[in-house]
Amino acid sequence: MSLINYLVLSGILFSIGAVAVLVRRNALVAFMGVELMLNAANLTLVTFARMHGDLHGQVLAFFVMVVAAAEVVIGLAIIVSIFRTRGSASLDDVNLLKN
Amino acid sequence: MTVTNLAWVLIAAPMFGAAVLLLAGKRSNAWGHWLGVLASAVSAVLAIGILVELLGLPAGDRASQLSLYSWIPAGDFSVDVGLLIDPLSVTFALLITFVGTLIHIYAVAYMAQDAARRRFFAYLNLFVASMLVLVLADSYALLFLGWEGVGLASYLLIGFWNHRTDYAVAANKAFFMNRVGDMGMLVAMMLMFASVGSVDFETVFAAAPGTNEGVLTATGLMLLLGACGKSAQFPLQAWLGDAMAGPTPVSALIHAATMVTAGVYLVVRSGPIFEGAPTAQLVVVIVGAITLLFGAIVGCAKDDLKKALAASTMSQIGYMMLAAGLGPIGYAFAIFHLITHGFFKAGLFLGAGSVMHGMNDEIDMRGFGNLSKYMKITWITFAAGWLAILGIPPFSGYWSKDKIIEAAFVGEGWQPWVFGLAAMVGAGITAFYMSRLFFMTFHGKARWNDGKNDLPGVEQHPHESPALMTVPMIVLAIGSVALGGVLMIGDGFTTWLEPVTGVAEHHEPVLPAPVIIIATLVLVLLGAFLAWRQYAAAEVPITPPAGSWLTRAARADLYQDATNETLVGRPGEHLTRVLTYTDTAVVDGAVGGLGSGAVGWGERWRRLQNGFVRSYASLMLVGVVLALVVVLATRV
Repeated sequence: MSLINYLVLSGILFSIGAVAVLVRRNALVAFMGVELMLNAANLTLVTFARMHGDLHGQVLAFFVMVVAAAEVVIGLAIIVSIFRTRGSASLDDVNLLKN
Repeated sequence: MTVTNLAWVLIAAPMFGAAVLLLAGKRSNAWGHWLGVLASAVSAVLAIGILVELLGLPAGDRASQLSLYSWIPAGDFSVDVGLLIDPLSVTFALLITFVGTLIHIYAVAYMAQDAARRRFFAYLNLFVASMLVLVLADSYALLFLGWEGVGLASYLLIGFWNHRTDYAVAANKAFFMNRVGDMGMLVAMMLMFASVGSVDFETVFAAAPGTNEGVLTATGLMLLLGACGKSAQFPLQAWLGDAMAGPTPVSALIHAATMVTAGVYLVVRSGPIFEGAPTAQLVVVIVGAITLLFGAIVGCAKDDLKKALAASTMSQIGYMMLAAGLGPIGYAFAIFHLITHGFFKAGLFLGAGSVMHGMNDEIDMRGFGNLSKYMKITWITFAAGWLAILGIPPFSGYWSKDKIIEAAFVGEGWQPWVFGLAAMVGAGITAFYMSRLFFMTFHGKARWNDGKNDLPGVEQHPHESPALMTVPMIVLAIGSVALGGVLMIGDGFTTWLEPVTGVAEHHEPVLPAPVIIIATLVLVLLGAFLAWRQYAAAEVPITPPAGSWLTRAARADLYQDATNETLVGRPGEHLTRVLTYTDTAVVDGAVGGLGSGAVGWGERWRRLQNGFVRSYASLMLVGVVLALVVVLATRV
């Protein structure tokens, strides 16, 4: 099986993630979109590592996972605290910084 | 320890007096004026001591320098505070301290009714100290310090009664016109520093003979500009008449005897510079000749006693300038006339003050007349000054003015004729206006309200002034009578000044000397006779007649203010208006435009910040995609 398929898959996953971030109002779903995009990127990194036969890509994928884990913790904390104070998790309600 | 080494006390004593009087404030009101007199008297006694010591030395050893401390040590440019004690500076120091002390004494009585008398004496002491710095300085920089100091004192004293707006304006006028002259002084010093690298008298004068003539001419002309400002010479003469707003002792000391002659001192002191620049010398003579006629003409028309005397001062300083511009043959006579003039003009001013004192501060001569009956001492002392300024032998003025006229006739070509005749005619006009003011004040019919006649004005009871005022007048009158003759015994004064002014070679004037003397005397007597016929023998109208165009022009100071206004004032105003407009439109416009442009752009970009996270995210995506496209497109 050609490694190209992995790249195509990661492109599809990335697009789904991006669309989810752009079109969904729910903060949790948008957040899942972000995670999907990160994982698509990870998949690309691992694929290229395999294609070129060096480990840099895989190492980088681990980095991304660590950062993503931290990001999830902080992101979820923010979303929970927003939900507690405002009673909703809609992204469009959080626009106090406009203008 | 010689007396000369104590020369710094000359300056320190009056400076100390001024400081105490200004700092102690009202506490010194009771005794402040006597401290002022004492401070000035200490300097006078010391100056006499120095004179005696110098007279005991051989002529060649009379100049000495007294270094005090290093003032501006700045790399290549260093100025030390040092005093130059030589016959010229000692002569001036004597004039300043002696006449100054007399006028201090006079002012004790003259200002007795003034609540601010202590402040007045503080300023007088400040003046004496600054004037002594000016004449004793051994460098142009220190001279300039004194130069500015006397300017400040003059300003403070002209505006002493500054609750009257016109007096305050007169003080400002004097100050501004002097600033114009001071610019000349500064430029002259810069030129010296650029060409010689120093502003010391010694260094500059030693280097002068080898310096480029163009530089010397420029320096000389700039020094002359400074001298014109301080000495009220054409074209910076307009302030002196208004300066009479100050109390009369001020007019006598500052605006007649000492400060206004500082310009003459400067020219004589800078002799080596002027000798290398004949053009500058010629300009000095021309300025002197113009001013002596200008002042004389103005003096003929003034009805204000002090303003007529001020015009006369201007004219007499014109004589000194003329002599100073003639080079070594004139230097000694310029200083000689300066000294005799210092005495008789101070005496005349004090006499005018005494008349004002007895006449309720009336100053219009058309409201005087026949005062000789009521003020005997004032009349006699004034007459001594009058005869001295006329140049009647053997009074002081004859010895000095006649020498100047004679020196003006020396030379070649057109110059001796023009300058000599100008000086001679000036002497005739001087005789006319001085006799006019003498007769109008002291002779003829009384034109004041004595309570019995029905003349206008307040009721007057003319009376003689107290002894504190008359004694200084008597001393100055004795000087007016005898000083000239005494100093000229065996050419004593010119010999005394020779170490500074150089030995004057004797030149024959274009006319024989006796002819000049007799012609001058005839003109003087003619002028005096005309004045007698018009102002003593005939009746003087109380309201001034319309007069000819020349009289009207002279009353308006030959339109000096209108000329200044047209040539300098108005263009200056236009220039400032253009500059203000340029500033608001161009400079402020550019800076303000940058600011408002940034604000405008900010307004536009602000709309993008709508607070919706998803629109930010889509913008980011678009940006990333675009960046990707660019990167890929360039790689292909």
